[in-house]
Amino acid sequence: MTAALEVQGLNRSFGALLVTYNVNLTLERGARRALIGPNGAGKTTLINLITGVLKPSAGRVLLNGEDITASSQADRARRGLARTFQINQLFRGLTVLENLCMTIGERDGHCNNLWRSAGANPAVIDEAIDHLESLQLADDALKLVRELPYGRQRLVEIAIALAQKPRVLLLDEPAAGVPSSESHLILDVVDRLDPDIAVLIIEHDMDVVYRFAKEITVLVQGAVLVEGAPDAIMSDERVRAVYLGQDGHRGAAQNG
Amino acid sequence: MAVSDSKAAERVLDVSADRRQARDRAAGYLLRRHHFQWPEALPWIVAIAAFFLFPDRMTFGSQVLVMIMFALSLDLILGYAGIVTLGHAAFFGIGAYTVGLGAARLGWTEPVSGLFAAAIVSAFVGFITGWFLLRYRGLTLLMLTLATAIMLQETGNLRSDFSGGYDGLPGLEFKPLLGLFDYDLYGHTYYLYALAVLAVVFFFVRRIVYSPFGQALTGIRENVKRMHAIGSPVHRRLVTVYSIAAGIAGIAGALFTQTNAYVTLTVFDFDNSAKVMVMLILGGTGRLYGAFLGAAVYMVLEDHLSKLSPTFWQFGIGLLLVLAVLFARRGVLGLFEDAGQYLKRFRS
Amino acid sequence: MPHFAIIAVSILFDGLAYAMFLFITSVGLSVTMGLMGFVNLAHGAFAMAGGYIVVSLTRNLGIGFVPSLAVAAVTVGAVSVVFERGLYRRLYKATDLEQVLLTIGLAFMAIATATYLYGPIPKSVPLPEWLQGDINLGFRSFPSYRAFLIVLGVVLVTVLWYAFERTNIGAKIRAAVDNRRMAESVGINVDLLFTLTFAVGSGLAALGGGLAIQLFGLSPSFAVLYLVLFLIVVAVGGLGSLKGTLMAALVIGIIDTGGKYLLAEAGGFFIYAITVVVLLIKPAGFYGRE
Repeated sequence: MTAALEVQGLNRSFGALLVTYNVNLTLERGARRALIGPNGAGKTTLINLITGVLKPSAGRVLLNGEDITASSQADRARRGLARTFQINQLFRGLTVLENLCMTIGERDGHCNNLWRSAGANPAVIDEAIDHLESLQLADDALKLVRELPYGRQRLVEIAIALAQKPRVLLLDEPAAGVPSSESHLILDVVDRLDPDIAVLIIEHDMDVVYRFAKEITVLVQGAVLVEGAPDAIMSDERVRAVYLGQDGHRGAAQNG
Repeated sequence: MAVSDSKAAERVLDVSADRRQARDRAAGYLLRRHHFQWPEALPWIVAIAAFFLFPDRMTFGSQVLVMIMFALSLDLILGYAGIVTLGHAAFFGIGAYTVGLGAARLGWTEPVSGLFAAAIVSAFVGFITGWFLLRYRGLTLLMLTLATAIMLQETGNLRSDFSGGYDGLPGLEFKPLLGLFDYDLYGHTYYLYALAVLAVVFFFVRRIVYSPFGQALTGIRENVKRMHAIGSPVHRRLVTVYSIAAGIAGIAGALFTQTNAYVTLTVFDFDNSAKVMVMLILGGTGRLYGAFLGAAVYMVLEDHLSKLSPTFWQFGIGLLLVLAVLFARRGVLGLFEDAGQYLKRFRS
Repeated sequence: MPHFAIIAVSILFDGLAYAMFLFITSVGLSVTMGLMGFVNLAHGAFAMAGGYIVVSLTRNLGIGFVPSLAVAAVTVGAVSVVFERGLYRRLYKATDLEQVLLTIGLAFMAIATATYLYGPIPKSVPLPEWLQGDINLGFRSFPSYRAFLIVLGVVLVTVLWYAFERTNIGAKIRAAVDNRRMAESVGINVDLLFTLTFAVGSGLAALGGGLAIQLFGLSPSFAVLYLVLFLIVVAVGGLGSLKGTLMAALVIGIIDTGGKYLLAEAGGFFIYAITVVVLLIKPAGFYGRE
């Protein structure tokens, strides 16, 4: 069976600085993989390379076996690759409902229509409400995004990605910036994700990683240090060295 | 979740009623904005009342309607799609010269078909330039749009034997409207003509901004990063709306030439681009009627104040802009909305 | 000397003088835009203010041209700090549009004030004798004023280059243009740095405004008319790049002068054509960061 997402020999440099070095990564269908590593390891850069925000200097990205290395961001999204951002990227001046309707509209090509009313398609609205309900956001449907507390906005971020009906979902620290009293809401959602979707999650909290991931990839200085099952990773000497090193010499690891 | 069967059934019923309601409310919210609401009749009533109240100022009245249309076209790209341009006069100018040159050089003096020609030519230029320019944002886009308008102006000047240059194409004559209504001294015919064209254009623009396409434009304005991530063909959307806005600006320019029976290269001036932006900003962007209010108020004030003292008028406009940016970022209509919200809260 | 060579030398000479004016006036704009990403359409108004100060000082108070230039530069530089601290600062995080509107508003107010105080008719400035005549180079004589501009320009380029590349403050500015967050995190006070560069840039613009009087005459519309040129120099050169601004000023100055010698009817066409071509190929300008 072809993998949902396959990254082959990905490289990216900014000037002389190599931020991604020969990364190989495979997500099978329904995968639950965590991407961990110290700050500055290039985790978000890797997501930007996979989604097409950045172009790689070398290497390939395959989505369901098709080479998408040269495709635009939008094209990748339409082929079933969705992501959330580390810092919310929402339509802040619009209602939660509109955030969702827009996503569905772009997914299904309704947004090519200049003539009919945006509210005249009940199927779109129904689906938007379905998504909101499944994340317990329905009560906020008609509120402007910028009026919601940050934790709720974080959920909208995920709701949008799910409304794309992705086959591969990349979550960039979904609970970042959310007070710990509310983070369980987000983690519940992550737990309940459709088992068919292949998920890659960037997360710092090791408890979350343990709870969620079946496989872990450790990224250090832009390169894959090691990958494998959670237990194997946690007991790996090199990983411990990196994390202990990070605690011991935080500054040095951050600059790496 | 351990809930007894009967309770579960109860909840499903409840929820489905709730859901129905939530959906209806949501659909209602989206549809409501698209439905015609009575305050929207106000500008049209004012426009028709003006026709009867100021019969000797109809030439000026037509200018106001032309500027409203021009500002409306800018609202589509600036207010809805968030494209900041310093060269929108380019398309006004193209439209103005399509009709002007058509009449002066080709003898094409039928007014209505002239408008169509102007719309098509301007939209085409908008498509070509937009396709190249709309990849960029910020200063680069500002400079490219500005340079496009001035290059068109300079091209016209270079071929002043053909374009009439800064002396203009004077004394243009157009055929009677629809073969029936002739041009009259006070511009009555052209006022009604401009009003009718504005109504048609407005209907068109209104449909667009409340369509799914219009929604996608707002998305681009609000967060272009996210639009890319959800698979929106951003560049195509921008080029589409830019071409449409260019076409409408072209119609406004064509009407300008027809009502004045005269056009010079100053229509391409940076001043013209800046002026229409100021009108729209003062009225309020991204709300359709901002263009009406802004253009009308600006034109009337300019008409009165610039006769008294053009210097103070310019100073006043500058001051208004500074104040608007500091205190009223959503324009006069935004202020009205805030006042409305405040009153509502005050009452309840 | 053959005819075409004389023309070529003339274009080069006049173009160089023009380029130096463009460089002096635009360099401040480039650095402020590079540093803060602030679109300052009132930059031309600072230049215009400098020009009018020079007119007043020379005509009404009988002060010499060169000292007047210095006074104008210092005064405008100092006053610009008030604008930066009082108004601009509030909008550093605002959108391009809001910055454009605020500064266009300021430019309008400046133009109106200048019209009120000095009238719409272009002003000239009395020059000292040593700037009035021509320098004869045998095959052609050149106005001494333009020679003065070129010399002054070269001196300023050298001084600025030294300040930018060799001093501590220059290094900090370059670091802040390159990556503001990083610069702040290593303890550079970017706010203060910006106020300083803004003042110097506005002062230089005022100097440019004073120098422009003899070249083009000075009327209130200067603030907008020439602003477009300054913006083009900045955009083509690349934000925040001294080298880029100089390159762009040279290219635009010489090509525009050449166009006027060879095909006067084309007006500013060449400048805009170059701008479009350069920006389509290199959207961030010659030396801007992509």
